[in-house]
Amino acid sequence: MSPRLHMTLAAFGLALWAAGAAAESPAAPARVVSMPDPPQRVVSMNVCTDQLALLIAAPGQIVALSHFATDPEMSALAAAAAGFAQSRGDAEAIALLAPDLVLADVWSSPATLDMLARLGIRVEQFSPGVSAPDIRAKIERMGTVLGQPERAAQVLARFDASLAAIRRPGPGLRAAIYGPGGFGYGTATLEGQILALAGFANVVAGPGLDWGGRLDPERLLLAAPDLVIAGAAGASRAEELLAHPALRHLRVARGLRDANWVCAAPAMLDAAAELAQLGRQIAAEKLAVGQ
Amino acid sequence: MRYGALLILLGGLVAALFVASLLLGASSLGPRESLVALFSGDGAAGVVMREIRLPRALLGVLVGGALGLSGAAMQGYLRNPLAEPGLIGTSGSAALGAVLAIHTGAYAAFALALPLAALAGAGLAVALITLLAGREGRALRLILAGIAVSALAGSLTALVLNLAPSPFAAAEIVFWLMGSLADRSMLHVALAAPFAAAGALVLLRQGRGLDALTLGEDAAASLGVSLRRLRLGVVLGSAALVGAATAVAGAVGFVGLVVPHLLRRAVGAQPSRLMPAAMLGGAAMLLAADIATRLIAPERDLKLGVLTALVGAPFFLQMIRRMGREGA
Amino acid sequence: MTLLSLHDLSVARGPCQVLSGVRAEVRAGEVIGLLGPNGSGKTTLLRAALGLLAHGGSSSLAQMPPRARARAAAWLPQAREIAWGMPVAALVRLGRLPHGPAGAEAAVARALARMRLQDLRARSATALSGGEQARALIARALAQEAPLLLADEPIAGLDPAAQIGCMQVFAELAAAGGAVVVSLHDLGLAARHCTRLWVLHRGRLVADGAPRAVLTPGLLAEVFQIRAHFADTPDGPVFQPLALLGQ
Repeated sequence: MSPRLHMTLAAFGLALWAAGAAAESPAAPARVVSMPDPPQRVVSMNVCTDQLALLIAAPGQIVALSHFATDPEMSALAAAAAGFAQSRGDAEAIALLAPDLVLADVWSSPATLDMLARLGIRVEQFSPGVSAPDIRAKIERMGTVLGQPERAAQVLARFDASLAAIRRPGPGLRAAIYGPGGFGYGTATLEGQILALAGFANVVAGPGLDWGGRLDPERLLLAAPDLVIAGAAGASRAEELLAHPALRHLRVARGLRDANWVCAAPAMLDAAAELAQLGRQIAAEKLAVGQ
Repeated sequence: MRYGALLILLGGLVAALFVASLLLGASSLGPRESLVALFSGDGAAGVVMREIRLPRALLGVLVGGALGLSGAAMQGYLRNPLAEPGLIGTSGSAALGAVLAIHTGAYAAFALALPLAALAGAGLAVALITLLAGREGRALRLILAGIAVSALAGSLTALVLNLAPSPFAAAEIVFWLMGSLADRSMLHVALAAPFAAAGALVLLRQGRGLDALTLGEDAAASLGVSLRRLRLGVVLGSAALVGAATAVAGAVGFVGLVVPHLLRRAVGAQPSRLMPAAMLGGAAMLLAADIATRLIAPERDLKLGVLTALVGAPFFLQMIRRMGREGA
Repeated sequence: MTLLSLHDLSVARGPCQVLSGVRAEVRAGEVIGLLGPNGSGKTTLLRAALGLLAHGGSSSLAQMPPRARARAAAWLPQAREIAWGMPVAALVRLGRLPHGPAGAEAAVARALARMRLQDLRARSATALSGGEQARALIARALAQEAPLLLADEPIAGLDPAAQIGCMQVFAELAAAGGAVVVSLHDLGLAARHCTRLWVLHRGRLVADGAPRAVLTPGLLAEVFQIRAHFADTPDGPVFQPLALLGQ
């Protein structure tokens, strides 16, 4: 095959693959403009796009990350983000950085995004995503958008390997994720997906409960989950519910929900793996007790 | 109806509503299973009954009784049928005290800080009201003073909640302004009960003094009543009751207005007889309201104050109209 | 037996001396009429005598502890306050507070009978007419069964029969060994039913004696600024104010 035909076929293939990746990523009104050169001045507005950008961007591509990038409670790659500048996330601050690409979430402030569009700045919006396929799609798209397909492929390979490496406990374990105000997270949330990846069945399930809903403490107790994942009880009344004496009778794990649980990003698999290990421990204990 | 018979009837009503409250809940536990679980105490059902439903029912009695009793006492002292903890701002001030205790971290450090702070807030308001209302406790001055205290307490509560570090604090204002018994535990019962009991004991002893006050302050003093001690007793007793109730359930309004009003004729209008009856009546009313919140909107946390206001506000308006006609 | 003894009683309200240097005694068997123009200090005198008001000088009643004082004297204030619509019998029963439950029913029945309120005993006190309420409040003071009764304008606004009836009740109390001090404006009734008159003028006790001796034209002119007709008739003394001075 002639080099020219080779190049044409490769370009055509690339375009097809890019279009396919764009179609796969759920509900993303992405304006995929295939640029000849990778963007040189990338600003990320959102802590979750920070995660992927840090993994996939080449050195020097990123000009600024979001202001949560180094917050250890929100950003799984907080340490890696330490050397980068941070932006407040409003249009003025971003425009002053003269970016050629801005990474945002589909839920980022519409006013800010409108302003950036009017200023003629290119914005790529990423859907937050919840599931493992969502994350794969985001990784691929980020690779395209940043012009780093090889690096993206490497990240994807590591992701698939980690996913396969999760050792789930046997079937039959049930868990609930309990948030302030008694909110139970459903299967269609990121938290719910982590639960599923770790091999637990979610107690909050059923018609209309995909995203979850208020789970009355009575219902929680009667459902008798093997594990309740709760946050720390705080001062407000909504958070005080997490310290209700009745919950003493269940196995409650606090402090599990760290930065790995915040974004649909490869770090989410660490959360799933940790949870799966806890699940194996619980399964072993149940066996020992003879349940 | 004779007084003794009335008290027995009210007591029976409270008992029946207490049992009904125990049998109702968000989960699928049926009435029979609930009763069995309460006494046998086994498993998850037992935990639900002991740690979730029992404290809720107990608090229904405690909070309702506290509000009914303090309403009757304050009306007797101020000689005004419109005086009730919600209207004259004592509930709002108690709520402010409680909110301060919680969101400054005092409650986390020392659990008793909660009822004590609420008590202090209520005490301040009661003292202020008795001073502002003047000697005759004329309706207009009392209501205006109550509005002022309520408004101030409510706005300061909102301020504290807005400035609180927790992101969930701002949404809490509805609980504090309208009250709820959802998700309370035996810890809350333990915090509120001693103060409520102390307050009830103090107030019930003021009965004879309040009876004599029917004739006016001068005549009461001439009958041997110490006005100073009467005032102190009413202020402290009401503060303890309203503080305890509000600290754990938020500010529930109108119980102290409706219950004494309904029972006044049946007890012959004597404050010393009205107080115990109003205590029982208040417990019944609050239990009924709490049961209604669980029947009307089982999935959602419908606030108690919504229901008591639905009953109480029309009552209040009717009383104002009647007072206007009589030219008070 | 002296039931009340006042020595140099005085009351100041700010810079104003409302009552000064009152010296008097009440003995058993007396019905004392307390007279004086509006603002002369009659209510102040009675309240200070009871110890309900800060005062200079001394009053034998004010020095007693509250419970003992309540058993020694009953006070009927001018303001006829009845806060709650309790049955008349219950209202009258309030007068038994210093005594405790023993003998309460009988005392209440006696008081109701004296004031002719038996038929109204179950009626709500706030549903009575003004005159009936006044009688009910007097009954309360009677139920207290204290030897001394201090009453501030108890007959104001009552019809003539009720007024005379009330003064007769006071006379009966005195005759039974008690004493009554009643402040009133009706000089005619005072002349006919009181054994002694006290006259207050600008906070001072300017007269203390039998009606005939006190109600002289000179005193009437100086204190009340009126002229009056005073005559002894077969039906007892008759006193009628006639006109303002100089008319």
